Amino acid sequence: MEFLLQLVLNGLVIGSIYALVALGFVIIYKSSSILNFAQGEFLMLGAYVCLAIFTAARVPFLAAFALTLVFSAVLGVVLERVLLRPMIGEPVISVIMLTLGLASVLKAIVQGFWGTDTRPYPEIFPSTPVQIGPLPVSQGYLYSVASVLLLLALLSAFFKFSRPGIAMRATAVSQQVALSMGISVKKIFALAWSIAAVVSAVGGVLLGGIRGGVDGNLAFFGLKVVPVVILGGLDSVAGAIVGGIVMGILENLAGGYLDPLLGGGVKEVAPFVALVAILTVKPYGLFGKVKIERV
Amino acid sequence: MRCGDFRQTYDEDMAIFETAFARRLLVLFLAALAALPFFADGFWLDVMNRIFIAVIAATGLNILTGFTGQISLGNAAFLAVGAYTTSFLAGRAGLPFPVVIPLAGLTTAMVGMVFGVPSLRLKGLYLAVATLAAHFVIEFTITHWASVTGGVNGISIPAAKLGPLVLDDDRKLYGLVLALTAGLLFCAKNLFRTKVGKAFVAIRDQDISAEVMGVHVFKYKLLSFGVSSFYVGVAGALVGYQARIISPENFPITLAIDQLGMIIIGGMGSILGSIFGAVFITLLPEILRLAVGPLSATFPQLTTLFASLKMGVFGLAIVLFLIFEPDGMAARWHTIKNYWKLYPFSY
Repeated sequence: MEFLLQLVLNGLVIGSIYALVALGFVIIYKSSSILNFAQGEFLMLGAYVCLAIFTAARVPFLAAFALTLVFSAVLGVVLERVLLRPMIGEPVISVIMLTLGLASVLKAIVQGFWGTDTRPYPEIFPSTPVQIGPLPVSQGYLYSVASVLLLLALLSAFFKFSRPGIAMRATAVSQQVALSMGISVKKIFALAWSIAAVVSAVGGVLLGGIRGGVDGNLAFFGLKVVPVVILGGLDSVAGAIVGGIVMGILENLAGGYLDPLLGGGVKEVAPFVALVAILTVKPYGLFGKVKIERV
Repeated sequence: MRCGDFRQTYDEDMAIFETAFARRLLVLFLAALAALPFFADGFWLDVMNRIFIAVIAATGLNILTGFTGQISLGNAAFLAVGAYTTSFLAGRAGLPFPVVIPLAGLTTAMVGMVFGVPSLRLKGLYLAVATLAAHFVIEFTITHWASVTGGVNGISIPAAKLGPLVLDDDRKLYGLVLALTAGLLFCAKNLFRTKVGKAFVAIRDQDISAEVMGVHVFKYKLLSFGVSSFYVGVAGALVGYQARIISPENFPITLAIDQLGMIIIGGMGSILGSIFGAVFITLLPEILRLAVGPLSATFPQLTTLFASLKMGVFGLAIVLFLIFEPDGMAARWHTIKNYWKLYPFSY
């Protein structure tokens, strides 16, 4: 029983970070219909930049974190302007390929600057565990879940109440109508990319803190979030959150119970198997909008 | 002198070669390629073999993604299926290569069709991710089915042989690889002049319209997965015969991305494009290595950074191509050719 609880808890924590990164995917997809395969690299870059600022500039961690967020926001805007803007109207495969190319460039930059070895991350969370019921829970987990929840709440409020947030939702519904209402769709795209980069960077820093170190494998996290977004439906914010948590718990349960039987590695493949199973029943994910095609 | 592109009969319109001159040039080119092993050294023959294998794999992917419009990220895994089938048939069963290679292709075609079933309901990005799932499932199977695949340690493959003929190095393998590449390219080029090929293109352009016109969409989508995977499986068999020892590490997801890069850079929906792209992407690291060689004396850190450099240049090439030449090298080739065809009276 305790084993089960532990697995569910781990799944919840990882799942909440999945949800956060998945949100980045969804925001970009909703506004500009692009699936950004470089999301994992955004995450890795965020984690490394934060570490670099923290160690090089000797500023408090929170300041380094804030600077990282600013960096990510700028990065998102610049990438959108330079790379993605010319791709408007190009076929899906070209845009996918562009983000894949971008992913390898970003990975090369990170490796060029920081090498391929694992780098220790500063202890950003207190290390003494807290007792919740029968389980000792590390404080890093609690902080992560709390900050993810906070961020999700902030983003929901942003989409619900702020002008740019409402403009983003309008653009997601119909770009033409949004344009005719005086919304600058270009600005919305830029905003979407910078939000996506920022949430990924937060995810990266949290993951770095939880794992205690960062390396190139962090980028693989982006690939693992892909089934999450697809599961929830590419254009559904609620789907991203539910999908993230479901996938997090699922992969931990599968890893915990099936790994001894099948000899390891189940954790990596389970989300994909579940994904295919769900897609055969619901081709647009759990909460995705069913596209009605007309000839 | 030719002053335009005039086709007066249906036969002329269907012809692969517009002029007899083009056909003779191609024959000459093939003859030059066939003569290469008598001049080139081992290194370049290895590179040439890898280029040809990449051409076959890229053509396979182009049939599926470029001509039928079904995005696939599972190509590396299908390549692995071909290679591991070869290891089983050539190693365990001891079969000669004329049997092994087609069987490897057929096995991969079967596997490809199984993973093509979701395409019945999934489209675009959702299908791309389903094929990504195929990659991870196949990779998992290979690493865990150690009794057949050797697991993470890999498995060795005997040299390709037929009776007394043993193709145990790149020079001897070259002829086989070249012949297979030429034959498969010929088939692919002709495929799109048949009913099946036209159905593929119709599905790519608008699948609902295709269905309305009487194309059995699911059947042809599956067939496309099958044909494409057959090509990839043959390429995988050759990878196995060339490398002689394979492990799951030979077929990472980045390989699938490389191959998508080939058809994007070369040109989607163009056989010529698959060739250009495969040549470009395979040569890129080799040329980079040659360029870095002399520099590494002054900058010793370049050798350690080489892997990152390669990755960065690859990514950059793709990004630049997509922004400045989204239709690929094949389109640029046609522009240049048409310019010279009518030179100097291009107006």
